Amino acid sequence: MSARSEKSLLLRGYVVLVFLFVFTPILTSFVFSVNSDRFPTIPLGHFTTHWYETIFADPDVWDAFRISAIVSISVAVLATFIGFCTAYTDYRYNFTGKALYLSLALLPPTIPLVIMGLAMLALLARINMSGEIYSIVVSHVVLCSPFAMAVIRMRLAQIDPDLESAAWNLGASNWRAMREVIVPFCGPAIASAFCLTAAVSFDEFAVAWFVSGLNKTVPVIILEILQGNTDPQINAIGSIVFITSMTLVILAQLILMRKTIDQTATGI
Amino acid sequence: MNEPSATRPLVSFDGVSKRYGSVVAVHTMNLEIYEGEFLALMGPSGCGKTTSLRMLAGLEEPSEGEIRLEGRRINEISSIERDTPMVWQSLALFPFLNVQKNVEFGLKMRAIPAEERQQRARKWLERMEILELADRDISQLSGGQRQRVALARSLVTEPRILLLDEPLSALDANLVVRMQGVLARLQKELGITFVYVTHSQSEAFAMSDRVVIMSQGRIEQIGSPKAIYRSPASRFVADFVGANNILTGSVSDSTERLEIRTAVGEFSCARNTDVSFNRGDTLDMVISADLVQISMENPNVQNSLRCRFISEEFVGSIVTIFAELDDGSDFKVQTRQRDLANMALEEGTVFFASWNDADAHLIDGGST
Repeated sequence: MSARSEKSLLLRGYVVLVFLFVFTPILTSFVFSVNSDRFPTIPLGHFTTHWYETIFADPDVWDAFRISAIVSISVAVLATFIGFCTAYTDYRYNFTGKALYLSLALLPPTIPLVIMGLAMLALLARINMSGEIYSIVVSHVVLCSPFAMAVIRMRLAQIDPDLESAAWNLGASNWRAMREVIVPFCGPAIASAFCLTAAVSFDEFAVAWFVSGLNKTVPVIILEILQGNTDPQINAIGSIVFITSMTLVILAQLILMRKTIDQTATGI
Repeated sequence: MNEPSATRPLVSFDGVSKRYGSVVAVHTMNLEIYEGEFLALMGPSGCGKTTSLRMLAGLEEPSEGEIRLEGRRINEISSIERDTPMVWQSLALFPFLNVQKNVEFGLKMRAIPAEERQQRARKWLERMEILELADRDISQLSGGQRQRVALARSLVTEPRILLLDEPLSALDANLVVRMQGVLARLQKELGITFVYVTHSQSEAFAMSDRVVIMSQGRIEQIGSPKAIYRSPASRFVADFVGANNILTGSVSDSTERLEIRTAVGEFSCARNTDVSFNRGDTLDMVISADLVQISMENPNVQNSLRCRFISEEFVGSIVTIFAELDDGSDFKVQTRQRDLANMALEEGTVFFASWNDADAHLIDGGST
């Protein structure tokens, strides 16, 4: 065997190890969610959907999913809108303090979530806005907008700067050019940002835990179940959350990738 | 052919300047563009030609002066309200719309009903010979087809003036020549004004009625391609256009013919320019490379020069010879390949260049 193929074998092995490291816990959790034994032990028992049935028999869990759905969809809409506006401002205008503007816009995800949650609670409680569903929405919008902005900004960086001028030149007003040219051009990025922000909001625990009050989201209820008992229900609900957010993230990725392929085909 | 002087100007630039901070992009420009003419704005990059075009399109506002369209001041009128469509260097076709929808765009913005929009777009697609591509995506088109879509999109509103910003620069050489033909024919058939920005002499000269040569924000010369080619008004134009040799000298005798003394010899010149010269005046003598004859022996005529061969550039039937004069300056000769067949030229070979005294063009106030 040549040194080169030995090296490539080593590399492959390394990649497999990294993926195992990342996915084993999740896979384990999934395996035990369909295992009949009450405790995660080997050898495994038989296949069952019992833990999923138990979880969905609990009205609190249904409530949590309902609240999480409302929150993540509202957050996705608002954060994508704000993200788009921020990205467009950056694309279109030059002004003094633009660097400051951009770094402030991108700041929220760099703040530790516990600090963010605490700060949000302190503020919202003071203005009597804590403990409601919209409190979670407001906090998550702050957290998610930078992600939406980053995705849309990347798309705007690829636009032919003449495109918008061409629309004006053909008789489109500023608003019309935005609607007819900028938004359609950013379409895939906007859809992708929507999925991504929905996923981030759906998964987020710390901030939601602080500001949600009695309106528990799915991650918050997971902790509650975990504190109460330790049966594989937790694996079941964990698997559902994982599949939901992975679907959203993969969707976001696919939309962006299709866009990139189109781009290559268009490239002059 | 169009007779510009017979009609009133469609567009006037009246002392127009454009400044970006301390940088002057266009410097007090005065230009009249006539109804139905094909006008080329030509110059090296950064000469202000594109800025001038963008001011006309309403995408930049002049810092000073007035731009008039059909006699009306348009400085403050936004691009949206001017009917001055532009064909962009990047073409700027909308990648998310198909060909038909791209062409319909201008009509849609003018709130033309869908059915009429469709008909008018199809009419222009047919005219540009791309009707069968109506449902294609932009990404599926070739460079030449995109060009035609861009033209159809700009012309669909039936404007009186079309602005073109180096639209052929992305095409390969063969296609450029074909599209030049398409553009020139289109302009004649439509009878509307084309203002064409380019840095390419062949594009400008092949299509335009008049050429405006710009440099560093100023107009250097306005004239027909032939006038600009044969009688450049300034040293810049002589350098920029064609393949010219420029010898700087002073008039040593102006009694009968002009005798001109330069660093590489004394030459005589017919009085063939509008400018009159007196003894002692400095001037630039421009000798077009294609009007020079070469020989191995000294031809013993008044206007001949000793040259040392450096290199040659062979482009099909025409050869450009690069040589050095006695004072170290460059000299170019263009000749036919077959005329060189029996001359053994290699680096350092001495040969003689000569020209008729009526073929030298004189520019006043030569530089030193």
